[in-house]
Amino acid sequence: MPRRTMIEAIRDAMDVSMGCDSQVVVFGEDVGFFGGVFRCTQGLQAKYGKSRCFDAPISESGIVGAAIGMAAYGLKPCVEVQFADYVYPAYDQIVSEAARLRYRSNGDFTCPIVVRMPTGGGIFGGQTHSQSPEALFTHVSGLKTVVPSNPHDAKGLLIAAIEDPDPVIFLEPKRLYNGPFDGHHDRPVTPWSKHELGEVADGHYTIPLGKAAIRRQGSAVTVLAYGTMVYVAQAAAEETGIDAEIIDLRTLLPLDLDTIVASVKKTGRCVVVHEATLTSGFGAELVALVQENCFYHLEAPVARVAGWDTPYPHAQEWDYFPGPARVGRALIETLEA
Amino acid sequence: MADAGMLRFHVPEPEVRPGGTPDFSNVTIPKAGSVPRPEIDVDPRTIRDMAFSIIRVLNRAGEAVGPWAGLLSDEELLEGLRNMMTLRTFDARMQMAQRQGKTSFYMQHLGEEAVSCAFRKALAPGDMNFPTYRQAGLLIADGYPMVTMMNQIYSNEADPLKGRQLPIMYSSKEHGFFSISGNLATQYIQAVGWAMASAISNDSRIAAAWIGDGSTAESDFHSALVFASTYKAPVILNVVNNQWAISTFQGIARGGSGTFAARGLGFGIPALRVDGNDYLAVHAVAKWAAERARANLGPTLVEYVTYRAGAHSSSDDPSAYRPKAESDAWPLGDPVIRLKNHLIHKGAWSEERHTQAEAEILETVIAAQKEAESHGTLHAGGKPSTRDMFEGVYAEMPPHLRRQRQQAGV
Repeated sequence: MPRRTMIEAIRDAMDVSMGCDSQVVVFGEDVGFFGGVFRCTQGLQAKYGKSRCFDAPISESGIVGAAIGMAAYGLKPCVEVQFADYVYPAYDQIVSEAARLRYRSNGDFTCPIVVRMPTGGGIFGGQTHSQSPEALFTHVSGLKTVVPSNPHDAKGLLIAAIEDPDPVIFLEPKRLYNGPFDGHHDRPVTPWSKHELGEVADGHYTIPLGKAAIRRQGSAVTVLAYGTMVYVAQAAAEETGIDAEIIDLRTLLPLDLDTIVASVKKTGRCVVVHEATLTSGFGAELVALVQENCFYHLEAPVARVAGWDTPYPHAQEWDYFPGPARVGRALIETLEA
Repeated sequence: MADAGMLRFHVPEPEVRPGGTPDFSNVTIPKAGSVPRPEIDVDPRTIRDMAFSIIRVLNRAGEAVGPWAGLLSDEELLEGLRNMMTLRTFDARMQMAQRQGKTSFYMQHLGEEAVSCAFRKALAPGDMNFPTYRQAGLLIADGYPMVTMMNQIYSNEADPLKGRQLPIMYSSKEHGFFSISGNLATQYIQAVGWAMASAISNDSRIAAAWIGDGSTAESDFHSALVFASTYKAPVILNVVNNQWAISTFQGIARGGSGTFAARGLGFGIPALRVDGNDYLAVHAVAKWAAERARANLGPTLVEYVTYRAGAHSSSDDPSAYRPKAESDAWPLGDPVIRLKNHLIHKGAWSEERHTQAEAEILETVIAAQKEAESHGTLHAGGKPSTRDMFEGVYAEMPPHLRRQRQQAGV
């Protein structure tokens, strides 16, 4: 099976979708001729023409607003916001419009759009290229929110997102674009070509939205993670020698609660990790759900490891990023509690 | 001469406030028929002055004059008159129903009926409007059933939107009427996106975007103009300048630009101003813009100069922010009376027939209202089910919503 980087897998997903369905169009800033600043759309304009893959003005509300109108017409736009940090001008269009169109019109109009955006830190991007705003989307009724952690999933989830009849926020952990990253920033980068999840089948396949994946079987503690933190959690488990069961949520909404509950009932302990800031983060929702569904099976308080409640810093990136040491400490404390 | 020294902060004020004498002497009204009608493929750079004039067809004597006249038959004009009268009567009844507690909220069109009623007739089947909350004439003029509109206003058991949306936020794809958001300006760029999609699909259908004077200050208005200009989208960009954004006069959004139409000039978009209370002028200009769009000549920005004679909504009282008699002083008159006078002048109508038509229309509206009320009003009779509240958030209900629906006991 061919090995691909996450960038190549995402590009392949759009290529396959555009090939299968002439209603799929792709646009965003620098997306057309150049192929995107991360090269995710490279070659699509040459292959499918300027009507189906084109450059957009620097106007995120314009990009998403136009996509909503196109979806109302009957196209399936898959648009790129250059960094998740730039999505805020489009937030009104996403929250007030895309998310509610089906509901408010009772299905008279629908909004099958995908808004792709690179998310998360680890690249010395400072506060404007490192944020993880997923909780701003999971809080909104009518949206689906996806965070893939590897090339194989990224392709299958993105095709599923494009084919989904409702708006999907597709957050691509940019530190994973070229290889898995476990938080050890001082070590050489492992390329996806050396990782089994870099295997990406040719052609069309989907991974259903709303299904988590268990990345590491374990019995001592359940770790709930997504995106880059899946690898950080794996490193933490190996380095502490704790037999953690690591669940990669893949889709935050709809959430695969069954997989979470089954695991926590088995282990009796749970640690939730994400890069995003702690307060009101998606981890709070996860902890509440674990508490509601697994309270009588819990042997320790559910712990959270997250970004500190500060803007994402530049020079202090590795003090901010919740790396394997912090996750490892949480695992130990949860086991000792 | 520039004066250096202490800086002064500038906040524009309307000419007159409550208690003052209405004064529209600052609104320059060109003579009917005086603005030329360019070819649709005109170089936009050569008609920049049109953004500062007002295209008018009906003169004070009730005659249709000038190059924009002559597009509509007597029959079409009579239908237009009937549509505007119907909208006005519909509004009066629904405003009253709101006061009687039969619904929570209402927004009327008083004084602005010509804009949406005439515009609808310039479009073709399949074209799509992205309206604001004050274009119900698009539905009335397209024959959308009044009972269905009322069912939506009452949020009753027959409401096509299942009680989920505020009154008057209609949606009808079939009638080329995009779901009204209630947020401002968001629909403007969506209309451009719809038009881009039509062009991408090599279709022949066009879109129409709608916005009010106040909301042109939103960034979505500017995004829409950029996208429309860049991609030459087949869209008509309508700005309804009814002088007032709730209590805020249009000068707060317009700033120093002179007119709202002039906003289009920097984007290279042909920009026209039209007498919004002149049914014939609105129709003629809309037709011109629609032909341009369909001929791949791109967007047109049209500012309708009109006056909101009523309150913004059922929730405000205009006498608190403008003189009570201001609407009587509005120099462009009343759209219904102007079209009526024109038809009488042509010998196609009379005062007697008008009075008779008023009575007939009232009867039709009351009959529709009775039928709608048989399906319930907001607080009485049939209403959408609690189950409907949980449906339609997604195509397929996700597990968390299913659990919540069970918790709610439905």
